Amino acid sequence: MKEPVNRPERGLRGALRRIRALIRKETWQLLRDPSSIAIGIVMPVALLILFGYGINLDVKNVPVAIVMEENSGEARGLASAFELSSYFSPKPAKTMAEAETMLLSSQVKAIVRIPSDFARKGATGSSEVQVVVNGSDTNTARLSLSYAEAAVGIWAAKEASRQGTAISKGVTIEPRLWFNEANDSSYFLVPGLVVLVMTLIGALLTALVMAREWERGTFEALFVTPVRSIEILLGKTVPYFMLGLAGLALCVVGSRFLFGVPLRGSLLVLTVVSMLYLLVALGLGLAISSITKSQFIASQLTVLVTFLPAMMLSGFMFDPRSMPLAVQIITYIFPGRYFVTLLQTLFLAGNIWSIILPNAAVLAGMAAALLALAVRMTRKRIA
Amino acid sequence: MLIASLLRIITLIRKELLVILKDPRSRASLIAPPILQCLIFGYAATYDLNTVPYALVDQDRTTMSRDLVAKLEGSGIFERVATLTQTGQAVRLLDTKQAVLIIVIEHDFERQLEAGASGTVQIVADGRNSNTSGIAQGYVNTIVRDFTSDWLSRNGSRDNAVRVTTRAWYNPQLETRWSMVPSLIGTITMLMTMMLTAMSVAREREEGTFDQLLVAPFTPTEIMIGKAVPSMIVGITQASAILLVALFWFRIPFSGSFLMLYLGLSLFLAAAIGFGLLLSSIAANMQQAMILCFVFLMPFMLLSGLMSPTDNMPEVLQYATMVNPLKYAINITRGVYLEGAGLNALLPDMLALVAIAAVTMPIAAWMFRHRLN
Repeated sequence: MKEPVNRPERGLRGALRRIRALIRKETWQLLRDPSSIAIGIVMPVALLILFGYGINLDVKNVPVAIVMEENSGEARGLASAFELSSYFSPKPAKTMAEAETMLLSSQVKAIVRIPSDFARKGATGSSEVQVVVNGSDTNTARLSLSYAEAAVGIWAAKEASRQGTAISKGVTIEPRLWFNEANDSSYFLVPGLVVLVMTLIGALLTALVMAREWERGTFEALFVTPVRSIEILLGKTVPYFMLGLAGLALCVVGSRFLFGVPLRGSLLVLTVVSMLYLLVALGLGLAISSITKSQFIASQLTVLVTFLPAMMLSGFMFDPRSMPLAVQIITYIFPGRYFVTLLQTLFLAGNIWSIILPNAAVLAGMAAALLALAVRMTRKRIA
Repeated sequence: MLIASLLRIITLIRKELLVILKDPRSRASLIAPPILQCLIFGYAATYDLNTVPYALVDQDRTTMSRDLVAKLEGSGIFERVATLTQTGQAVRLLDTKQAVLIIVIEHDFERQLEAGASGTVQIVADGRNSNTSGIAQGYVNTIVRDFTSDWLSRNGSRDNAVRVTTRAWYNPQLETRWSMVPSLIGTITMLMTMMLTAMSVAREREEGTFDQLLVAPFTPTEIMIGKAVPSMIVGITQASAILLVALFWFRIPFSGSFLMLYLGLSLFLAAAIGFGLLLSSIAANMQQAMILCFVFLMPFMLLSGLMSPTDNMPEVLQYATMVNPLKYAINITRGVYLEGAGLNALLPDMLALVAIAAVTMPIAAWMFRHRLN
């Protein structure tokens, strides 16, 4: 091997030829492995369906025990207010003790107790209704409480206007939800999916593939060929880059035609910023694999520093505004934060350049830094 | 016979633990991530809003509208980022995410209220994250309702006179963290043990040592037990670490029995490891094992009740949740940790876990041998 028979072609043409050969080899390897199809096609589709249909943060038909300790018209009226509400599915309970047993055994998630002096106290304007919820599922509990309060409030207002005692109709709130008039949570979850799909393909798959090369020593074998390290990296990553873009296309098409999520920004800008994020993810995957050189540790580390932050700290499911300040600052370390902001804005709001430019700039900076790091680390190993 | 088999299993377990624990990086990757994840999830996974930046458009400019604004801002949650005269001016603030809400008090708010009609407050919310804006709107609703009933009672009306007293069992302040962190015990250990198990078999397959195991005098069942027990030990250790974080860092009061919790967790880990083994018996190499794990882990996490209740899901998906070990684990950990539930309440969940383990593990053992060709 000291005197290669074919001297490596110099110049751009030679580089391109070598890269093309590597890409072809890597693409074949990728296409032959069913697991890349699983992560590139099956995963995005499954996630689309799960997030679009499965995750519903709203609460409907909460099983609630209604304890009527008196049988007055008022009490019956209030109970029927709960029956008519689509938020509750009431189950009668004779006594509070019975209702508490139902709550304990999770047959119901809430109790509404109408006490025995409800109508009498109502005449003097001091009646009370007790609502007990099971707080072990906080989100459901909080929503049920506010729906119950609203149901009682609406009933009371109707009752007052029926009796003609109201001196005013009170304050009306007219809510309007911009960018998402239908108040559909799939509107913000489905675009956010792109971040998960790209992270899995870009970072996790790349980290695994590269770590395997290191683990098996096939990387070193490539190093003794005339291929330069930057060419190896390009050849290795281009197929995964394309797979990532395929995932993006699936998500965009799925969210548009399956869930009717609008794409109000331009498709071109979306593609460009997604490419930037994909480069960041690839850079992370490459860096992690060349640091760890072991598939097991690389996978653990990638999950910890790319996948989980993309899911938890990006604003995809949980709003960073709710987090403590220290955690809010941490969210800015991770690329997902910038990408989710871009995705939500591009899908639902439009081309708002004052959001797009700074966030895209951060992603571009991260991509450049990480890719430079990856190239450097690969080169260092040759020496 | 039994003793010989037991001895073989113990050798396998020892070897497996050595493989996992001898590399310091691999050791670190088993304990540090669960604790970090628990801390990050515990702080990040919350639907409570601490601050709501909003733009105020007070077209009324009366005592009453100012009272309402004072009440809003007195809550400590609403932070005014701009005071404007027209809604149009606020659009930019919403677009650029400087404000979550625009609150518009319409110009004859006070006059209408006093005339016996209704005063109107408009809320325009940023629907890019409809969950956040929904919660923020909920806060406005509550404050406006309080404001209205205060005003009405001051003016001698008795409508809205029904007082709703509320109480939340098991979690009096209704903190999201209280239901999130106990659920994480199951979620994080599943993430780690399923990957660990699947990867450990796949690694042996990739390195060719799995074939050696198969030709050695081990039965597939022994190999399976030898792979499952170390993962179980790791899983229980991780669960205990997370439990300690929940108890002493987040200080969430524990109201059940530790015995019940560990019983439930062991069954859950057996089921999760069963899945890991099953996936590893299908996968040809580590990459496939890892990806298969993810293809299963994602739905498990999403359909578990961790983020959204399973009862709200479409019927088809509810059937799918029945084979999801994490769903039962979350029922058990929340039940024991927060509600202090006993065996009676948890039996159905535990039996389901036993069933999952009893199906996945034998199939995996069978596949070990039959996948060869």
